[in-house]
Amino acid sequence: MKAFYGTTLPNPLMLGTAQYPSPTILEQAFRASGAGVATVSLRREGAGGTGQTFWAMIRDLGVQILPNTAGCHTIKEAVTTAQMAREVFDTTWIKLELIGHTDSLQPDVFQLVEAARILTEDGFQVFPYTTEDLIVGERLLEAGCEVLMPWGAPIGSGRGLNNKYALRAMRAEFPDVPLVIDAGIGLPSHAAHAMELGYDAVLLNTAVARAGDPIEMAQAMALAVQAGQLARQADPIEPRDMAEASTPVVGKAFLS
Amino acid sequence: MTLWSVIGSGVAGLAVASELVARGARVQVFDPGGAPGPHGCSWWAGGMLAPWCEFENAEEPVLRLGQSAIDWWADRTPVQRRGTIVVANTRDLPDLRRFARRTTGFVDIDRGIITELEPDMGSFGKGLFFEHEAHLDPRQALQDLSRQLKEKGVEFHQKLAPAQLENAIDCRGLHAREVLHDLRGVKGEMLVVRCPDVTLTRPVRLLHPRMPLYIVPRGDGIYMLGATMIESEDSSRITARSMLELLSAAYSVNPAFGEAEVLEIGVDLRPAFPDNLPRIRRLGRTIYANGLYRHGYLLAPALAQGVADLALENKHSEMVDEDRA
Repeated sequence: MKAFYGTTLPNPLMLGTAQYPSPTILEQAFRASGAGVATVSLRREGAGGTGQTFWAMIRDLGVQILPNTAGCHTIKEAVTTAQMAREVFDTTWIKLELIGHTDSLQPDVFQLVEAARILTEDGFQVFPYTTEDLIVGERLLEAGCEVLMPWGAPIGSGRGLNNKYALRAMRAEFPDVPLVIDAGIGLPSHAAHAMELGYDAVLLNTAVARAGDPIEMAQAMALAVQAGQLARQADPIEPRDMAEASTPVVGKAFLS
Repeated sequence: MTLWSVIGSGVAGLAVASELVARGARVQVFDPGGAPGPHGCSWWAGGMLAPWCEFENAEEPVLRLGQSAIDWWADRTPVQRRGTIVVANTRDLPDLRRFARRTTGFVDIDRGIITELEPDMGSFGKGLFFEHEAHLDPRQALQDLSRQLKEKGVEFHQKLAPAQLENAIDCRGLHAREVLHDLRGVKGEMLVVRCPDVTLTRPVRLLHPRMPLYIVPRGDGIYMLGATMIESEDSSRITARSMLELLSAAYSVNPAFGEAEVLEIGVDLRPAFPDNLPRIRRLGRTIYANGLYRHGYLLAPALAQGVADLALENKHSEMVDEDRA
């Protein structure tokens, strides 16, 4: 498994921490899944700053924390939020989210590249939430990112991988860059598919947090990413149009 | 006869005092804030007695224990038994289906029934009607409880409780966190508006993936719009975004809300334990009753009964999680 800014994760599942029925269920979902990364938002929760019991609970999960800039619409907001996150969680990791469109929550890739450059120069290790656009990916790498996080589908939509062709192309274009499918996952099969395409990790939140039983769903997602990862390593067969008998008979003395 | 000292006169404290008095106990109440008012978070509550709806995102005890709350309150304050309507805008209908899958105690309603129930909700073609739910006016309820307690001879002391109290019942909400270390605050923001152009007679919940809203009628064209749920412990101000979201959600229920007068803006912190369920703990000579989260009026009766069971009969209800008397 590829390292993320030098850190090798225990498994390829990253979970968000928003929208769970309670912190207890959140914690149990992490335990059940063994997820190695917790993303946490600060923009809305951060007003006022100190004494955040909820953040302390996230720290107590004992997993790598990836603070995010969810809810930020401008470079200035994102940079300020990232700086606050660094203080609060004592990490240089930042999931950079710069929303460009209110309804689809599509990233504003132009501001994203610029914000990634500013944050990298400031010493951050940036995980940019981007689209599957190859040129944007290239620009983000030029800006100093060493990880790319293309969307599967719009945040919270649960639609899975909307553009498999482009995601496959992205994997081929950046063979050595750790790639994470971020957003749009609704089902374990979506997560497995992302891993089968050769992605290095899957980041999801709503699919688990808003499931009827978040703990079971977290477990299901963990099994799915593991299955997808194993399948990728095992070099799957190519699909064919015609049947292929697994035991060839022609030319064998099968009547003897 | 033992004199029980209830500390805190929010919904938890007053419900505990009321239950104890109903069972014949002697009670006094301490609260430096005096009469029920904006210093306590139960002042800002919605007052919905909606166990079936709340079960969508809560644990089983909320559904079970919440159901007895309606009769408990009806013995003490006016309760409107008019049900709850749950709707979603057309683009959010998947949320309505999910809500229906995860709850019970409702009937599906169409535009005809919706407008029969609430003529000012003509823009919704589909909804759910939770006919057994009810609502009350939280401020009236607090005032009724304290008046009834005074009538029965309960003394209210407008000061901090003395440090070494015997037989104390601590219902101070988030102020008790110096003892209850697993308590946290969950920020809630709400508005009270006057909008005589809209007539709604029962709570309405509008589902939305990012900005769910409930509207609770208070009578005379006054409505409570609530409430945000933010994992933050900053209770200083409402944010512009929260206000925008609450108002635009109300506007989408009926555009006449655009002309409403904003009467009040409320911000406070709900006291909550990690599983968002209330707890009763006896530590030394004090019983702590806390963690009502967003279910103050819904679960205060069960909490009060649990406290009375422990204090008067030494019985452990399911809310008791620690007893180190």
